[in-house]
Amino acid sequence: MATLEVEALRKSFGGVQAVRGVSFAVQPGEMLALIGPNGAGKSTCFNMLNGQLRPDAGRVRLLGQDITGLAPRRVWRLGVGRTFQITATFGSMTVLENVQMALLSHHRRLGQLWTPVSRMDRAPAEALLARLGMAAQASRPCGILAYGDLKRVELAIALANEPKLLLMDEPTAGMAPQERVGLMALTAGIARERGIAVLFTEHDMDVVFSHADRILVLDRGALIAEGAPAAVRADPRVREVYLGSGATQGGH
Amino acid sequence: MENLVLQALSGLASASSLFLVAAGLTVIFGVSRIVNFAHGSFYMLGAYLAWTLVTTLPRGHLGFWGGVVAAALATGLIGLVVEVLLLRRIYRAPELFQLLATFGVVLIVQDLALLTWGAQDLLGPRAPGLRGGTEILGLRFPDYELFLIVVGPVVLGLLLLLFHRTRWGTLVRAATLDREMVGALGVNQRMLFTSVFFLGSVLAGLGGALQLPRESVNLHMDLSIITEAFVVVVVGGLGSLGGAALAALLIGELHAFGILVLPKITLVLVFLVMALVLVVRPHGLLGKAPGPAHGGAGSAEPVIGPAPRPLLWLGAAALATAVLLPLLAGDYALSVLTEFAIFVLFAASLHLIMGPGGMASFGHAAYFGLGAYGAALAAKWLAAPMLLGLAAAPFAAGLFGLLFGWFCVRLSGVYSAMLTLAFAQIAWSVAFQWVEVTGGDNGILGVWPDSWAAPKLVYYYLTLALCLGATLLLRRVIHAPFGFALRAQRDSALRAEAIGIDAFRTRWLAFALAAVMAGIAGGLFAYAKGSVFPTFLGIPRSVDALLMVLLGGVQTLSGPIIGALAYTGLQEQLVRLTDLWRLILGGIIVALVLFFPQGLAGAARARWEASRGDA
Repeated sequence: MATLEVEALRKSFGGVQAVRGVSFAVQPGEMLALIGPNGAGKSTCFNMLNGQLRPDAGRVRLLGQDITGLAPRRVWRLGVGRTFQITATFGSMTVLENVQMALLSHHRRLGQLWTPVSRMDRAPAEALLARLGMAAQASRPCGILAYGDLKRVELAIALANEPKLLLMDEPTAGMAPQERVGLMALTAGIARERGIAVLFTEHDMDVVFSHADRILVLDRGALIAEGAPAAVRADPRVREVYLGSGATQGGH
Repeated sequence: MENLVLQALSGLASASSLFLVAAGLTVIFGVSRIVNFAHGSFYMLGAYLAWTLVTTLPRGHLGFWGGVVAAALATGLIGLVVEVLLLRRIYRAPELFQLLATFGVVLIVQDLALLTWGAQDLLGPRAPGLRGGTEILGLRFPDYELFLIVVGPVVLGLLLLLFHRTRWGTLVRAATLDREMVGALGVNQRMLFTSVFFLGSVLAGLGGALQLPRESVNLHMDLSIITEAFVVVVVGGLGSLGGAALAALLIGELHAFGILVLPKITLVLVFLVMALVLVVRPHGLLGKAPGPAHGGAGSAEPVIGPAPRPLLWLGAAALATAVLLPLLAGDYALSVLTEFAIFVLFAASLHLIMGPGGMASFGHAAYFGLGAYGAALAAKWLAAPMLLGLAAAPFAAGLFGLLFGWFCVRLSGVYSAMLTLAFAQIAWSVAFQWVEVTGGDNGILGVWPDSWAAPKLVYYYLTLALCLGATLLLRRVIHAPFGFALRAQRDSALRAEAIGIDAFRTRWLAFALAAVMAGIAGGLFAYAKGSVFPTFLGIPRSVDALLMVLLGGVQTLSGPIIGALAYTGLQEQLVRLTDLWRLILGGIIVALVLFFPQGLAGAARARWEASRGDA
């Protein structure tokens, strides 16, 4: 069964149709990229998947269960991890504590009033950070971290949930090119190893074409192409959207 | 019927006066985002200055009206000086610190006014040409009130013209919408802020000066008007002029008719309406939700680590002093020390909301007072022994904490703080007006400890043990997952929600827990004093708690503890040493805000970290 199934998703803001009937599915262990020019509706689409935005129409199913319109915190409970385009971490906590929070939440221990956090879920948090190459930064406050490192922290937070689905909105934005490839290779490795379905948006085409198993291309709210990287690369409609086709249409 | 019409007219006159003050407050807030407590002081200064000018200048139209206008302008200049000397330096400080600074100004102005004009109420002359009355439906209505009814709409019209027809007004409106954008466009913000503050202060001064023929001028005008003005501004929507007008109308008429219909609950009525409006419209009648917060709103809160070693030693030394010193102390010193312990817990409980919770409460005394009343009522009506009374205290406070908190924690920022104030005022009014049960203003007397705890020394140790235990429990909670979840929703609501944290529930429970702790403090206070009074839930006590936390610093729990000791001790000493304690306390507060913007504990921490070179 597909991990995530999206069916005819729609969303308008005022008179603008941001997403117009998008359908797709992500399989376990698959890296699926969602690309498209600025304003194509990628982020809107993304925000509807984990409940941040309520779709006007359409269905979102996680492992067959309908999660359309559920609050983000309930979607998390069902096994979805999320990273943001503009990173959101807890600035007054260390890197380690940020990951511990995600683990504690996953283990439903956040209501506890007595045992200090410093003694809870420490080892698994450290292991997770080590896996992402962040062990050295564990005790630094997130408030003073470099942007690329924050992206890794977000990934660690998302993975702490032992997710079945990972939603990554621009996971490598703000990173050096070298780092980008490294992070995505790492993500792909973990995804395959644990059978996590990964859906990500990305601007960097090198990252997309070297790491995605499949690519969805969104333009003006609708899917215009879908398939393996090579096929998408060769698709004339995709070329037109990205490069324009000045010679044949005279520009628009 | 005729009576109702006159009542409505007199409501309009009140609304008009209220609007003048509220308009100034809302315009200042809109542009500078400063919650200006001192606005009430400017109103009072306007009234005093007008009294001096009008009684000194030759009688007649010129003397009176000239005096009123001159008083308004003079108030504006005083506001301008305050802005340039104080507020300009703290626009980037956290909202609550600005509040603290303006409260320092309130204290200073109170004593300066006392020194200049004395303690007795001053009566001004009536307005020339408007001494008489006009017959309306066969009943006489004072001309001056009719004049006031006209003033409000005229000032509203002039302000709207100013804001919509001049370049300056356009800039003010733009700054109200997006301050940073206006700055980025190269507008001289300093001039804009200063001029807006001048205008706002003129309006406050005018509002005060125009009260001269209506009521006596006294030293309580500042705090009584500021609460009402805040209510109007919040009900109308912060920064909205039209909202302020609408809300002033609503509140003015509510006052006028409330007395006729429901004389028993007049004091509560206004706050009930405010609570109702905020529950239905969280940003006031005409207010808009603030845009997405700009990135640089505040530097990230520091990480909470284990207490540094020197702090542990300091704490141990303080504890040793607290345990051993009383053995040598007399009864008076024991009472003072008991209060110290109680206020440490009271401040620590507020800190949970303000620090880790990231919410503000202007009405935390409600839970202190509800605890005290819970204990006293149990003692009076159930003849409960002391321990049962002390158990009733946190129970009563916690119950209302759950109830009030459910509404308050849904809102954010100033709106949430004002809703806490509204509930506190409702609780206060009930204590004040439900005479049969609470004894009203006379309070409940004879709430004494059981005989075993009657010796002051024993009661002190009991208080110390409970307060210390509760404070340490709060510390434990802050370091536990729940406390971290509370900080998490403060740091990033988006991320907290994304990892499954229910921000509302977390804030709500924290609010209730803080109420329980404040209730324990209140219960102990009731037995320490032997009586409870409505002042236990009053605004001044809420402000005390706020000052303790802010003086100490909100970052860590050591802040409110140090703040409580410093503030209680300072006030205690100042009151004994000098009549001008407000002046000195206000001066100290202002100096602290200017030089230690992180509070005492924050400053000590910064120094400690700098000395170790790892800041």
